[in-house]
Amino acid sequence: MNGPQDLGGQMGFGPIAPEPNEPYFHAEWEKRALGVTLCAGALGAWNIDESRHARESLHPAIYYSASYYEIWIRALEVLLKRHGFISDADLAAGKAVDSSVTPKGVLRAAEVPAVLAKGGPCDRPVSSGPLFKAGDLVKTTNFHPVGHTRLPRYVRGRLGRVETVQGSFVFPDTNAHHLGENPQWVYTVVFDAAEIWGEGADPTLTVSVDAWESYLERA
Amino acid sequence: MSSDHDHDNELDPMAARVRALETILTQKGLIDPAAIDVIVDTYETKVGPRNGAKVVAKAWSDPSFADWLRRDATAAIASLGFTGRQGEHMRAVFNTPDTHNLVVCTLCSCYPWSVLGLPPVWYKAPPYRSRAVIDPRGVLEEFGLTLPAETKIRVWDSTAELRYLVVPMRPLGSEGLSEEALADLVTRDSMIGTGLAREPA
Repeated sequence: MNGPQDLGGQMGFGPIAPEPNEPYFHAEWEKRALGVTLCAGALGAWNIDESRHARESLHPAIYYSASYYEIWIRALEVLLKRHGFISDADLAAGKAVDSSVTPKGVLRAAEVPAVLAKGGPCDRPVSSGPLFKAGDLVKTTNFHPVGHTRLPRYVRGRLGRVETVQGSFVFPDTNAHHLGENPQWVYTVVFDAAEIWGEGADPTLTVSVDAWESYLERA
Repeated sequence: MSSDHDHDNELDPMAARVRALETILTQKGLIDPAAIDVIVDTYETKVGPRNGAKVVAKAWSDPSFADWLRRDATAAIASLGFTGRQGEHMRAVFNTPDTHNLVVCTLCSCYPWSVLGLPPVWYKAPPYRSRAVIDPRGVLEEFGLTLPAETKIRVWDSTAELRYLVVPMRPLGSEGLSEEALADLVTRDSMIGTGLAREPA
């Protein structure tokens, strides 16, 4: 979706302001927010693509004014409600009022090290070979889906060159909506800055994205 | 530790909001608060940019490891014990005298946790995410890094599940240093591309 998350090339957000010796957390609640979010993911009701889509579906005015952990928590509330774990009445009361659906799993403290060390690989085999190879010229699709996608606006409808065939991976555009993993080949596609930004583009700059096969056509 | 041990400002709306959510989920048996403690401890004390610095120092010291890292970064990095969440599919990109690499996620905050830990606030925020792909030189200036005008810049937008680790160039004057001493020269920012490795003192 053309949501607030799609930031490449946007202007007006001000300086980057890196913080010297930045701490990992700026408040105690950020620690709990990280942990609650990861533990809730272990309930097994949604995947990483659905959680990303919940974040980018926040209202732009909220998305742009919230810290990233606040974005996580707001999206997490949406996911927990959508999947029947919590209710508005629970949130209003600040304690458990309604019952919950049964989760697929609950992450216990003793399991955390192994779960974090394992992660969630999302490479999947596909039955056919890649359509493109390194060096091929490709054009990215120009589309504006209302659902989740990982092709940023700034590289839609652009000519690029396949640099690397990276393997086959879960397709987020369907997986986010529980329409199946539908794995596809993923390619690193490189664009000259002038192709993206036109007049005045930095002549020394190239930008790459990692693009699923259905985002690409032969140029 | 659990929420009755910390000292948040009770008026902070986000502190109250997160505490309420944790309370509800705990009361329903959906989360184990002790698991949150372990997660936080992991990313405060175990998984951070020291991991990535060890990878880079080994690549500088051992050409065969550098070659492995170039061909199969996930396996090469796993051989040092660094695996897992947000590092499942790693790629290492090497700076050269001609080309400087910079990593961003314009669409969210994708970052190689297994080697760099949790991302800094600026990496997740709109100013960096919006500008890195259109004005990387301006971005680097804000980090105090001015590249020669002829240096090529390659920006990697992490739009899929591949996670990128920049291998900065080995600094001048670091000949003969041990891997451990070399790792001390490798900053977090140098592995994102917003900095260079430090020169030895």
